[in-house]
Amino acid sequence: MSELDHIDFRANVQHVPAHVPQSVRKATSKFLGTRANVVGIVGDERWQQLRQAGHDIRLHTLDHLDYYLTRLEENVARAGGIVHWARDADEARRIVLDIAHEHKVKRAVKAKSMATEEIGLNHALIDAGVQTLETDLGEFIIQLAGVGPSHIIVPAVHLTKEGIADLFTEKLGVNAPPDPLELCAIARTKLREEFLAADMGISGANFMVAESGTLVIVTNEGNGRMCTTLPPLHVAVVGIDKVVPDFESVNVLLKLLPRSATGQKMSTYTSFITGPRRATDEGGPQEFHLVLLDNGRTRVLRDHVTRETLLCIRCGVCLNVCPVYNHVGGHAYGAVYSGPIGAILAPQLLGVARAGDLPFASSLCGACADYCPVKIPIPQILLRLRHRVVEGDQIEAATASSAIRVGTRVGAFALSHSLLYEFGARMMKFVQAPLRRDGWLPNLPPPANRWTMARPLPAFGADFRDWFRKRTPAGRQRVQKRKLGIGLLFAGIAAVGAFLLARRKKD
Amino acid sequence: MMRVQLFLTCLGENFFSPVLKDMVSVLERLGMDVAMPEGQTCCGQPFYNSGAQSQAVAPARNFLRVFGPTDGYIVAPSGSCVDFVRHHLPELFPAETREHRLAQEVAARTYEFSEFLVRVANVRDVGATFPHKVTYHASCHALRGLGLREESKQLLRAVKGVELVPLNEEETCCGFGGVFSVVYPEVSSSMMQAKIKNIQESGAEFVVMGDPGCMMNIAGGLKKIGSPIRALHLISVLAAQ
Repeated sequence: MSELDHIDFRANVQHVPAHVPQSVRKATSKFLGTRANVVGIVGDERWQQLRQAGHDIRLHTLDHLDYYLTRLEENVARAGGIVHWARDADEARRIVLDIAHEHKVKRAVKAKSMATEEIGLNHALIDAGVQTLETDLGEFIIQLAGVGPSHIIVPAVHLTKEGIADLFTEKLGVNAPPDPLELCAIARTKLREEFLAADMGISGANFMVAESGTLVIVTNEGNGRMCTTLPPLHVAVVGIDKVVPDFESVNVLLKLLPRSATGQKMSTYTSFITGPRRATDEGGPQEFHLVLLDNGRTRVLRDHVTRETLLCIRCGVCLNVCPVYNHVGGHAYGAVYSGPIGAILAPQLLGVARAGDLPFASSLCGACADYCPVKIPIPQILLRLRHRVVEGDQIEAATASSAIRVGTRVGAFALSHSLLYEFGARMMKFVQAPLRRDGWLPNLPPPANRWTMARPLPAFGADFRDWFRKRTPAGRQRVQKRKLGIGLLFAGIAAVGAFLLARRKKD
Repeated sequence: MMRVQLFLTCLGENFFSPVLKDMVSVLERLGMDVAMPEGQTCCGQPFYNSGAQSQAVAPARNFLRVFGPTDGYIVAPSGSCVDFVRHHLPELFPAETREHRLAQEVAARTYEFSEFLVRVANVRDVGATFPHKVTYHASCHALRGLGLREESKQLLRAVKGVELVPLNEEETCCGFGGVFSVVYPEVSSSMMQAKIKNIQESGAEFVVMGDPGCMMNIAGGLKKIGSPIRALHLISVLAAQ
C-alpha cells in the first residue's frame, strides 16, 4: 500500500479470511479471562486507583514532554548512548540505515517494535542489503507470511497452528507439524543462530525513563534481551510518547501493562537497559543508539481531546474487548495499529484523508474505555475525529463528501421542526405501504438496503402522539388542528409539485 | 404526585408505539402524572454521533425549547438518548450561556426508564405478571454511559412469573451503533448474529432490553431467521398483567 492510499475499511472487511474471527476470538477471550483473574486479585478499588495513577502519570508527561525528552537525552548521553531525533518515517529510516552502513552491518535481528513497523524499517534495511530478521515469535511468523501485524501484542493472532505449520514447511524447508511446542522449537533453533550471527540488534521500548536514560523492554520470549545484548551494536527506535519521568512511574505502569495485555502479573522478562556495555559489564553491545521518533506525534498533541491518544501503553486490551475487532481482525484496519486504539491513532498519524474511515468503524459501545488501563476516553476521541472528517477542525479540513454535509443539513432541519417531523413520520407510513410485509420492511431500496441486507426493518408506525392527545378533550381539539396543519402542508407540497411539473412540461 | 414528561425518542415513536403506550400505563399505574410535551422531535444524537456536530445544535435547541419550560422528570425508553442529553447536549452550547445553563438543568432531570423507577421513584415491583422464561441484553449506552448494570434486572426479577435466565456475553454490543449499522453493515450484521446465537443458547422465550436501537437490530435479526424468540422492551414486560 502506498502512503497515500485511502484505507477502505469496508472493502478490507470483505477480504477477511473466513477463519479469522474465530481464531481472533479464541485468543482474545483467553487473554480477557486471565486478565479478569489478575485484576480480580488486585481488587476493583485498587485497580481503579492504579488506572487513575497511570492516566495521571502519562498525561503529566505529555504536558511536559519537552522537559522529559531533554532530560532523557542528557541521561542517555551520560550513560554513553547516542541520541538521534527523527521528525518523520523517512528521517528515521535514514538514521538507522546510516548507522548500519557505517558499521558495515550485514545481518540484523529485531525485537518487536511497533515504531519500526510504523516507519517500514524492514523493507528499507532489506532493500539496502541488510538481512533483517524478526525474532518475536509472532513477528517471525508474519514476516515469513509477508504480512503486517494484526494485533498490538499478538501480531499473528489471526493465524491457526495448521496455517503456521504449512508456512514453516513451505518457507523454512522443514517438516513442521501443527503442534505449538514443535513449531516453537523450530523457530527457536533458527533464531538462536541468528542472534549470535547478527551485527546489529534493533528494538523498540515499552518505556523510556527520563531520570536515568533507561529503556524498559517487556517481553515473554527473552528475544528482547538477546537482540539488545548479543550483537555488538544496539539501535532502539522509540516514539517520543514513550517517555516517563522516573522509576516510580514505571512501577505503576508495569502493574497495569502485563495484567491488561496478557493477564500476567508480570511478563517473563522485563529488561532495563541504560547505555552500552560498561567496562565492568560481562556482555552487552559496544555501541547504543536511540532514535526518538515523532512521525506526527507532536501534531496529535495540538488538540486537547485527541491528545490523550498518546497516553497509550500498547497493551492491546481495547482490541481484545472490542466486538468490531473480534469480528474482523487487525488487517481490516489497514494500518500498523488496529482495533479501537488504531481507529484513533491512525487517523491522527496518517491524516483523515487516508484513515478517515476508521473512526466510523466502531459501534461506540464503549467497552474499550472501560478496560483501558490508562483511561483513554476512546469513544470521545472517536467522536472528535468523526467531527474532523465531516466538518473539519483546527487540525485538518473536512474530507467527507459534500453530499453528506448537505444531507445532514437537510436532515437536521427536518428533525428540528415538529410539523415537518410529524409530516415526515406520516409520509413514511404511507410511502412504505408497497414494501410492507406482515409488519416488517424486508427489502428497502438503497441506501436503506444497507440495513435490510442483514435484517428486516420494523414497519414505521408512529401513532402514539394522537393516541395520547385523544385522551383529553383539549388534546382531541389539538389533533384536529394538527391534522389541518399537516393537511395544508400536504396540499402546499402537492401544489408546488404540480406547478413544477406543469412548468417542466411547458419547457 | 410525581410529574413525568414523556421523551418519546425518534426510534421509540416511529417503530415502537406500543412500548410508549405501555410506558404511560406503567407510570400511571404507579400513580404518576404523565404529560407529553408538544413539539418534540429528535434530540440531535444521530447528527452528533455521525460527526455532523454543528448540525446537532438545531434539534438540540428544539429539545430545550420543548422541555425547558416543563417541570418534573423527563423520562425516555432509551438509555442511548438519555446518555446523549445528559452528557453531550450541554456541550453543544458555549459555557456560561443561557442555553448551556438550561441544557444542564434539563439534562439533570432526564432519566432512562429503569433508572427513573429504581433510583428516583424507588420502585422495584410494578405489579406486573409475565409467566415466561426471559433473558436480558444490556444496552451499551445505558450500561457504560449511564452506569445502569442491575436496575433493569431488579425490575424484571420482581415481575410475577418471570424466570430470568443468564445471557452469555450479556454486555457485548449487539452491533447496532446507529450510523455504524449502515456504514459497515457487514460487521454490524456479524455482531448481531453473534448476539442472536447467544440468545438462542440461553433457552429463553423472550429477550428483554431497554433500548429501541437494540430492539430494531435484535428483533430484526430474530425475524430474519424465523426464530420463535421475541425481542421485547423492558417496559412491555412491566406493563403485562
